[in-house]
Amino acid sequence: MSTFASFIRKEFIHILRDIRTMMIVLIMPVILLMLFGFAISTEINDIPIAVVVDEYTPQVRRDLTALENNPYITLTGVIEERRVDEVLRSGKVSAVIMMRDGQRNIVLDAANSSMSVSAGSYITSILRSGTTMPLSVTTYMRHNPQLKSAYNFVPGVMGLIFILICAMMTCVSVVREKETGTMEVLLVSPIKPIYIVLAKMVPYFILSLINLATILLLSHFVLDMPISGNLPTLLTLCVLYILLSLMLGLFVSTMAQSQVVALLICAMVMMIPIIMLSGMMFPVENLPPVLKQISYIVPARWFIEAVRKVMVEGLSMSGILKEFGILCAMTIALFAGSIKKFNDRLE
Amino acid sequence: MKSVLPILMRKEITQFRRNKVLPRLVVMMPIMLVLIMPLVTQMDIKNISVVVLDEDRSLLSTRIENHLANSDYFRMPESAYDYNQAVELMDQGRVDLIVSIPAHFERDMRNGHGKPISLTANAVNATKGGQGIQYATQTIISAVTEIAQESGLTGAAGLTASAVSQRSDLITVQNRYNPTSNYRHFMLPALMIMVLLLVCTFLPLLNIMTEKEHGTIEQINVTPVSRWEFILAKLIPYWLLALVMIGFAMLLAWAVYGLVPAGNPLQIFLGAFLFSLCMSGFSVTIANISNTMQQAIFVLFFFVIQFMLLSGLFTPICSMPAWAQVLTYAFPPRYVINIFRSVYLKGTLLSELWFDYTMLTLLSAAFYTLATFTYKKQN
Amino acid sequence: MEKTPIISVRDLTKQFGSFTAVDNISFDVYRGEIFGFLGANGAGKTTAMRMLCGLSFPTAGTGTVVGFDVRTESELIKRHIGYMSQRFSLYEDLTVAENMELYGGIYGMNTTDIRARVNELLDRLHFADHQHDLVGSLPLGWKQKLAFMVATIHRPELVFLDEPTGGVDPITRRQFWDLIRTTAQEGTTIFVTTHYMDEAEYCDRITMMVDGTIRALDTPANLRRRFADTLHRPYDDMTMEQVFYHLAREAKRGE
Repeated sequence: MSTFASFIRKEFIHILRDIRTMMIVLIMPVILLMLFGFAISTEINDIPIAVVVDEYTPQVRRDLTALENNPYITLTGVIEERRVDEVLRSGKVSAVIMMRDGQRNIVLDAANSSMSVSAGSYITSILRSGTTMPLSVTTYMRHNPQLKSAYNFVPGVMGLIFILICAMMTCVSVVREKETGTMEVLLVSPIKPIYIVLAKMVPYFILSLINLATILLLSHFVLDMPISGNLPTLLTLCVLYILLSLMLGLFVSTMAQSQVVALLICAMVMMIPIIMLSGMMFPVENLPPVLKQISYIVPARWFIEAVRKVMVEGLSMSGILKEFGILCAMTIALFAGSIKKFNDRLE
Repeated sequence: MKSVLPILMRKEITQFRRNKVLPRLVVMMPIMLVLIMPLVTQMDIKNISVVVLDEDRSLLSTRIENHLANSDYFRMPESAYDYNQAVELMDQGRVDLIVSIPAHFERDMRNGHGKPISLTANAVNATKGGQGIQYATQTIISAVTEIAQESGLTGAAGLTASAVSQRSDLITVQNRYNPTSNYRHFMLPALMIMVLLLVCTFLPLLNIMTEKEHGTIEQINVTPVSRWEFILAKLIPYWLLALVMIGFAMLLAWAVYGLVPAGNPLQIFLGAFLFSLCMSGFSVTIANISNTMQQAIFVLFFFVIQFMLLSGLFTPICSMPAWAQVLTYAFPPRYVINIFRSVYLKGTLLSELWFDYTMLTLLSAAFYTLATFTYKKQN
Repeated sequence: MEKTPIISVRDLTKQFGSFTAVDNISFDVYRGEIFGFLGANGAGKTTAMRMLCGLSFPTAGTGTVVGFDVRTESELIKRHIGYMSQRFSLYEDLTVAENMELYGGIYGMNTTDIRARVNELLDRLHFADHQHDLVGSLPLGWKQKLAFMVATIHRPELVFLDEPTGGVDPITRRQFWDLIRTTAQEGTTIFVTTHYMDEAEYCDRITMMVDGTIRALDTPANLRRRFADTLHRPYDDMTMEQVFYHLAREAKRGE
């Protein structure tokens, strides 16, 4: 077995010598978490609006005051009706409120659709709070980005990072040896071929464990995300997913002859479906049926779902048996497939 | 000496044509993106999770709850016994909207001193939250109208059907430029960026790194070919390809979604061209400082992910904290996304977008300066 | 052979951090010579050559190639030289003809000249049938010849060959040296590095590099005679390998 150990050592040296890549591998989760945690949000913040006023009735003045005092809206000024098109089209304001008689017409720049819907509702609620109606509806918007979002995106970030590092890097590493011909040299050595690639995976496995620890620690201490008592379940789940990603990388590597192709396959077949279909950024429930079917074979989808169940709902292993089972099955299938392909090629 | 550029470009084109994977990839990608991604990013409407806290337990309040339950837009998987618990569920992401009907609601309505129903929405998932409010309001109003008609609530309470609906019309919301608030129309221009990223950022990088790893770049370095000619010969075909792909994507958008630019298409091409210039300069810089393909790809990936997340593609820039907004001034995607959206959906004029076009030009200059400094024919 | 050197190098040094790859070497190469740079792997031959080609900046020392300074005028040098790397760096996804036409164009030849020259070279090597084959599909020996053709397509005054015979069989190696000799007879100066000691015999003059320094600079015949005398061995028995062996051993003793 010491031959195996020496292979592992060689792989470690490869990686450690490439400081740049290694630093990025270790820093990327940190950066992603920081971005999601602090920079990215859909909060309403500083919406520029303009107002068209017909007549300065007390009602109008009341509304103007409410708008001026609101911290999330910037009232840029009162404009003439003929300028409405121009200010909206040029992007100077995101909304124009036309105040006429008792009517308020809010014209939104909906080109920035994710904002416009909430902006419309928000402005409506500001205006409404000043009116007296027999039926009135008060709206509150709850902003709790850190707390909720953490549950939302931490699983997603984990799903993405592990696939990226384990699958993509393993894949490229194996294909690189194929390309430069050093693989053949290794194949002649007295060790079974499958051990060679397993040796490749070990350093990435370790790096991923480090990343896992980083992510969990950051989520807990910096993003204030409570990690409920099911830590063992969570860890088991993550380790399984890491293994799955490694196997995926291995499997893809058997199909690519050059690094360029390997990278493009990884990007097309792995990254994009994961970002799109796993529930990471866009909710899975909203997918049309065809895409929903496809999402079933995206491993990240099951992983993210299981992680959310464990972290948010506090379930233990019994609650995620389905997802865990599917992930196990995928791992085994990929492993078996890779071995078969590997041995086939050697004949 | 006459320029070597045409000869080198011919070589690049020949190599690209002979490649088994790349041409097919470049064609398939926009098709896939244009067709599938808008389906995926349809964050509209359905499955808003709502919880009703009914302290009135009257005919009216029950009717309201029924209407909500039967609505296509809502589902009610959770229940809560008080507001705090409901909020907790919301924080956990299991509830998008809380409807609180206060005690004596029906009685007070009849007396004309109606206390408000409060809607609490999750602002984090703004689409669900915001639309949830709109739908909930409509649903509540329709429930009240129904009861009013049935039980003949009129007169002093001023609660005729028309009065109710009229008052609610006091505030209307109009969505301009995106009348159906259709998310896919919003994403489409942004998705063209993905195509551009592939063609003008990743492919040139892979190209240069392949030459580095095969050693053919050394053979070129030993010739009188200047680094400019070498770089330009590589990039020009990709720029042209990018323009073709953008035209192709626009064609697809029209064919599949009937989406046509509201503004001048030439502005779109200009924006795409400047963006290609920018990003290819950036990727050449990275290629110059990288030793292996693996390293180069990773570094590029690292930056591209950050560019994209902070570019306004998925979440609005104005929602970001100040420090992040300042950072985005250095990110090319931010400008081109604004250009694409504004021109496609709003018909914004060139003069109104001068800032974005200018910044793209400046950033291109900056990246090319970097690329020059970092390409060394002699070490 | 003219007496003005086409390459002139004084105290040329290249350091990578604390490691000195090329240590104060000085020599001249004359027009029309076949000049051999011998030495073991890692002796510094390739590093030295790269400095002369304008691929690498010297850390210290001076050098001129075809009359231009290696440090400040490398781009001018490149117009007058040809180069063949250890890896025969050709574009594997282009055909034989395409590779040759590409480099012909790069060196400023016009289309008619290129065509004529390509035909000439292809005929010389009986390669014409394969001019539309992709380079990636060629066996190593033919890639080697192709790389040489590409290096000389523009009839440069001076050609640098870095380990040109690596990995090919002895017969192909001999054929290749025939090719080199023919080219030299046409007036091209050849600067070639190799670790095959027997190839020294094909050169007009050689240097031996050991640990970054030049241990010997002379014609092969002179070197063999000198060492035959020193070692009290018959001249006929003395091979270049033995010469090298003794030089290398001297170096080790020196440390």
